[in-house]
Order: sequence, then structure tokens, then C-alpha cells
Amino acid sequence: MPEPTIILDATAIQRALTRIAHEIAERNEAYTEVVLIGIPVGGDHLAARLAKILSGIWNHAVPIGILDVTMHRDDLDSRAAPTMHPTDIPFDVNGKTVVLVDDVLFSGRTTRAAMDALNDYGRPKKIQLAVLIDRGHRDLPIKADFIGKNVPTALDEKISLRLTEADAAQDEVILKKT
Amino acid sequence: MSWHRKHLLDIESLTAEEILTVLDTARSFKAVGKRAIKKVPALRGKTVVNLFVEPSTRTRTSFELAAIRLSADVINFTTEASSLKKGETLKDTARNLEALNSDFIIIRHSASGAPHFLSRVLDAHVINAGDGAHEHPTQALLDAFTIREKKGRIAGLNVTILGDILYSRVARSDIWALTKLGAKVTLCGPSTLVPKTFEKIGCRVTHDVDEAIGDADIINLLRIQHERQRKTMFPSIGEYTQLFGLNKARLAKIKPDAIIMHPGPINRGVEIDSELADSNRSVILEQVTNGLAVRMAVLFLMNGGKIPPETAA
Repeated sequence: MPEPTIILDATAIQRALTRIAHEIAERNEAYTEVVLIGIPVGGDHLAARLAKILSGIWNHAVPIGILDVTMHRDDLDSRAAPTMHPTDIPFDVNGKTVVLVDDVLFSGRTTRAAMDALNDYGRPKKIQLAVLIDRGHRDLPIKADFIGKNVPTALDEKISLRLTEADAAQDEVILKKT
Repeated sequence: MSWHRKHLLDIESLTAEEILTVLDTARSFKAVGKRAIKKVPALRGKTVVNLFVEPSTRTRTSFELAAIRLSADVINFTTEASSLKKGETLKDTARNLEALNSDFIIIRHSASGAPHFLSRVLDAHVINAGDGAHEHPTQALLDAFTIREKKGRIAGLNVTILGDILYSRVARSDIWALTKLGAKVTLCGPSTLVPKTFEKIGCRVTHDVDEAIGDADIINLLRIQHERQRKTMFPSIGEYTQLFGLNKARLAKIKPDAIIMHPGPINRGVEIDSELADSNRSVILEQVTNGLAVRMAVLFLMNGGKIPPETAA
């Protein structure tokens, strides 16, 4: 079993998030209409951190929501029923620019499910996608708008993310052979 | 999180962890019911058959709506309009329904064990929606869900089930579910309807209603199952109401935060005073709302394939 590699440490994660936040700010002139929606598990914590940085840039609070995509997955027939997470979108998404936030972009199927799920809540003006890691191997024509780091991977590798709510200094992203 | 069962036939064979998996999953589905669009595509393309060989409105409509909100197609099959009346056996009826490529058969039957029998002869998922006086698993799951939502926990609570225990499938399923989750269950009613044998499965049995409800956190009322009783089990309805009916005088003696549950249909003025049924102590209508969420959760979990969940993004 080869040793797991740390591909992002705490400082690198913070730097990547800061850069993504600035890119979001640069892309969206109508910044008052921007909301962040994180996909659990992982994306919801990242969305909260991005919102914090963005509200510093824009000098106003950036709304954040959580969207669980489990019920919209396309592989429910071929796997044991997955664990559900709460969905909490405490604002109206109609006419908003929704930035979906996920930790790792892989097949793109989670993103597709998220876009379908989001439709049930209304019609955003735009949907953009921010991910911390893009590991390639897309099954669908989906591309991220904001990427923390591109990591070329083999299919038998696994990326895991550790985000510590209490202590950001312990954050890391790890790449492992399975 | 663990659910690998093909069928839901009873609560007796479930583990506490499996029960909690259903309750946790149901929480997400309850949230779906509060959205503007109350429908999710999780069971798109699946066919659910409601095979109700015994009358029901609440459970059938609840299962029907649960399936519809998961985007499944639903067929409702009632005995009156079926070939069961022409002498077809249950097995043949069910296999014919399965031959229409149905994925789920939800069965209610007056014979205990009918769902178990079907699970042995069908490839479809079988869900027990009540079999005779045996079990009514989804009712127990929704009761447990309601208790946990109202009280924040189940372990350590005193739950009193009051009424016709002997002929009640709800009582049996509730007893299994609640004792597995750590509640202390007390059964109360006329001695003919609440035999002492229930003590063997871990319940307290009493025929004194004041003793039964005095320390209860939950009072779950059951109606008298006249249709199942072969002979009169107590002298009169009036006497039953006087001895065991929940009224204002008895309400004054229970814990101030105790809640009143009832699986329905309620017989106003018999097991419960009409005003009490509509009071803020009663969670009867919330049980109905929760029943929908629990049945969506059950269908969703059973639809899962056999492959262990992947952890990759």
C-alpha cells in the first residue's frame, strides 16, 4: 500500500479559497445577487468559508445554503441507499446567481444531480460551479467555473478532504491508492 | 447507515440501527413535504402496487402519495373490484400483478403472515401494510418518528399503549420498535384484551388506567378492533369508555408534557374524549404527516441496490 500524499495543506487550502473568492467577485458584477450553495459532505463547509472571505471583499453578508442531492442521484438503483443530509436553503433562489460549491469534481454526476435538485427550489438566473479539487475523469459535459487545484488522478485513487471546523490549521486534502 | 433488506415484513426482525436508519432518512423526506415542489425523482420509472385486501384509507393513501412523491407509478388494487372475488388465490393475484413488472407490492391482508408468504413467491419488494393482528411496521416507524421528534429521544421514555392490545397489529409493531429503541412500554386495557403474556416480551401489563398513565410520557390510544373480535370481550362500549377512555378528568392526572397519540381511525367519545382529540396535547394529525415521510423513506431505502455505497465524490 503506497503512502497517502498530501496534495493541499491548510495554508494551500486557504490560499485556494481566497483565490476562488476573488475570481467569484471578479466574475459577478451583480454581487448583491450572488448566493453560495454547498453540497454536503464537504461542499457545505467550503461554502461557509468562501462566504466569509467574499463578505470581506464585498462588505456585505453573502447568503449560504446547503443542498443535498441524494434524492436526485442517477445511481440509486445500483447501490445501497445512500445517507441523506439535511437541505437548508433559507432564501429564494429565483433570479439569483447561485454558486454551487463542492469539494471534489470527478464524474460530474453530483453536479448534474445538484442542478436538477436546485430546479425544484426555483429558477436561478445563473448557476456557477466552484470546486476545491478537479480530479478529471468526467462522465458528463460539465466544467467548473472556479477551481482550487487541478489534480490528475488514476481511477483507483481516492481523494479525501479533512476540514476541521474548530481548527483550520489542521485542514488537508489527501490522495490515496485504494 | 445500513439498510440491506429487500422486504419490510415486520419490526420484530429489525435491529435498532435499521429502525434508526429509517427514522433518519424520513427526516429528509419530511423536509421535502414542506417545499414548493414536493416531488423528487428517486423512484422514477418504478411501479408500486397497493394490494389492499382489507379496507384502509389512511395507510393506502399515505403509501400512494409516498410513491407518487418519489415519482413512481402507482396502481391501487382493491378487493371489491378484483378477481379475488372470483376465487383467485392471493398468490395468483400477486404473481399477475408482478407480471406487469411491478417493483413494489404493498400488501394489507386480514391474514397474519400474508406478506411473508408473498415475499417467498415474488421477486418484487414486499411491504407489509398491516397483516391481521400480527404487525403494521410502517405505523410503528411513524410512531417512533413522532415520539423522537416531539421528545428528542426514545430511550428511557415511558410509553403507555391503552386499548385493544390483543387484536392490534399496531400494538405489536409499536412494542417491538419502542422496546428495541429503549423505551419502557406499559400496556393497559380490559384484562380480556390485554393478557399478561405480553410481560414475556418486556412490557408492563396493568388493568388500572390511572396507574398506566400516571408516569407516561406518551399515551398511545388504540381503538377497539370489533372486526377482529370473535366474541364480545367486554360488557359494553359505555363501560369501556368509563373505565379506559381518556377524558379531561384523567388528563388532569397525567404528566403536563405527556402527549397523546392515536393511529386512527379514532372513535370519538369511546377511547378518547372528542375535545381531547382536537387539543394541543394530541399529535394525531402530525402522525399522519410523519407517516408519509416514513413511507417515502421505506420505499427509498428498499429501492437501493445491493452494492455497498461508494465513497468517491
